[in-house]
Amino acid sequence: MTFVYRTLKYGFIAFWSMFVVAPFLWALSTSFKDFNSVTGGATYIPWVDFEPSLEGWKVLVRSPAQGGINIIEPYFNSIFVTCMASLISIILGTLAAYALSRFTFKAGFIKNNDITFFFISQRIMPPVVLSIPFFIMLGFLGLLDSMVGLILVYIVLLMPIAVWIMVDFFNKVPREIDETALIDGCNPYQAFFKVVLPNSIPGLIVAGLFCMIFGWTDFFFAFILTFTEVQLLPVAIVALNSSITPWWSLSASALVSVAPLIIVAFLVERYLSKGNLSGALK
Amino acid sequence: MDLIAQNLSYKPEQEFHLNDVSFSMKKGQLYTILGRTLAGKTTLLKTIAGLLTPQQGTLTLDGQDFATVPVWQRNIAMVYQQFINYPHLSVFENVAFPLRQRKMDNTIINTKVMSALQNVGLMGFEDRKIQALSGGQQQRVALARSLAKEAGILLLDEPLVNLDYKLREQLREEFRNIFSSQVSSDSILIYSSTDPVEAMQLGGDIIVMDEARVLQQGTAKEVFENPATIRVAQIANDPAMNMMQGDIAEGKIRVNDSISLAVPPHFSSLSSGRYTFGVRAADVSVAAKGIPFNVELAEISGSETYLHVQNGDQTLIGLLDMVKDFAAGDKVNIGLDAAKLYAFDESGRLAASPFGGGK
Repeated sequence: MTFVYRTLKYGFIAFWSMFVVAPFLWALSTSFKDFNSVTGGATYIPWVDFEPSLEGWKVLVRSPAQGGINIIEPYFNSIFVTCMASLISIILGTLAAYALSRFTFKAGFIKNNDITFFFISQRIMPPVVLSIPFFIMLGFLGLLDSMVGLILVYIVLLMPIAVWIMVDFFNKVPREIDETALIDGCNPYQAFFKVVLPNSIPGLIVAGLFCMIFGWTDFFFAFILTFTEVQLLPVAIVALNSSITPWWSLSASALVSVAPLIIVAFLVERYLSKGNLSGALK
Repeated sequence: MDLIAQNLSYKPEQEFHLNDVSFSMKKGQLYTILGRTLAGKTTLLKTIAGLLTPQQGTLTLDGQDFATVPVWQRNIAMVYQQFINYPHLSVFENVAFPLRQRKMDNTIINTKVMSALQNVGLMGFEDRKIQALSGGQQQRVALARSLAKEAGILLLDEPLVNLDYKLREQLREEFRNIFSSQVSSDSILIYSSTDPVEAMQLGGDIIVMDEARVLQQGTAKEVFENPATIRVAQIANDPAMNMMQGDIAEGKIRVNDSISLAVPPHFSSLSSGRYTFGVRAADVSVAAKGIPFNVELAEISGSETYLHVQNGDQTLIGLLDMVKDFAAGDKVNIGLDAAKLYAFDESGRLAASPFGGGK
């Protein structure tokens, strides 16, 4: 029984891992190919199946004048915009979520849950619906083709995620912890910063991770709201595509663009383990 | 100088959580708020703490209005029914938290925390994480925090109810010692409980609450001997006091065709009429010459037996000081000692008690 169970378990894990890992391996292998190796049928292992070339990687750092795309500037633009937008979304979203979790709001028939839903409802409509209003508003503010404009738009898109995750998280933190902090001499702000926030780190990290993933991978708004001054990574990568699809440099840029998310995921993994709050919630 | 509440009412939505609650509490005393679940005990404690603001009534401490003082400026401490601590801090820092809020000197904090931890028997646990403690230990940390603060009002909201039986007994004993040795004559200690045995054991004054109202305030002895109403008699006894509807007429107490007793001397002042008679489970016995009853259920608990018996419409619970197996349907003769009977009038107020209370 145990043997069968273990075989099935590890068999399934191996099978599933293949689906997850295979695209990465494929991209890695393709990024070292040249035109002939890509078009000459399926090959997998460098030196054995095909002769590796660094052409795909070199295109990424070559200047456009020399036929490259130079992704370094868009790369840092993307990091800056994503981090700023995520940070501001988390700060505003956490404060809003705490208020929605702890205080009672009432405006006619609108109550706390309705307000929370109102936040997330921003994400229900398809992004394309938002593109024209955003374009007009940023144009009016003179913020088209600027990082500030992009950050503002991303805050609108990311903050609902932060609010949604943090409301759920705060609802699971017993009110009695806040009350005990008040009784122990904290004013409401101290209770939030000294007691509630330090115990909400796992929630903050989950919310932050989601914001960064959504912000980092967005192509649509980055494409619509910028022209020449500011370019973000996803837009720069798409610019690679010409009459001949350069699979080698597309693969290389894909790997480069997921790298930050993978690093972030590894860094925060230990905070995501369960049980950080179990002592308070028994 | 006391803590005095007058006509406190709190009604967040449709129902009263506090309904016209008045009491007075003196410093250096222990008060137990006794009441069933949802009686309003926690609401009352939270109101004293300042976490809830009553819509009506006044709360004064030392003659000053307490209601306008924000929670964090009131000199209070509270231990909850759930084990509430700060999970991101060590045991030491948990206990030190209120002292650090007061910006005390580090050496003073150190002494106070260590002495509080010693009082609750948690020496050597200073560096532990809260999560690494058992439920009983977590509750000790919460108690240590409230003791270290040396608050003017110490509120304990059913602190033992989530612990297992043995630990509860042990901690209750320790609590009593800690209260008598640690709580100074300047503080008021308020303990809420659903368990009449606990309330009696803790001593001090008892405030009986039910359905958001205070029914009776008095010493443990008073509440035990002379419960003001039927409801108090039920709440303040475990199992609840048995109640029998009946009449007093021609020198007899008559409950139904077969239950009839001679009027005892302490009922002599009662006029004829309809009453509710109360008898404690411990005063129900099995007697050869008793009144015939049918056994409904017998539960053995430790060295005692809870015997549920029935005669016509009348059911009684007896707490027998022996272990005996009864089968459902068995016939037993039950002795009711008329000298131990309580009488309540038709409005439910105490009319006569074996301890001399009543009208």
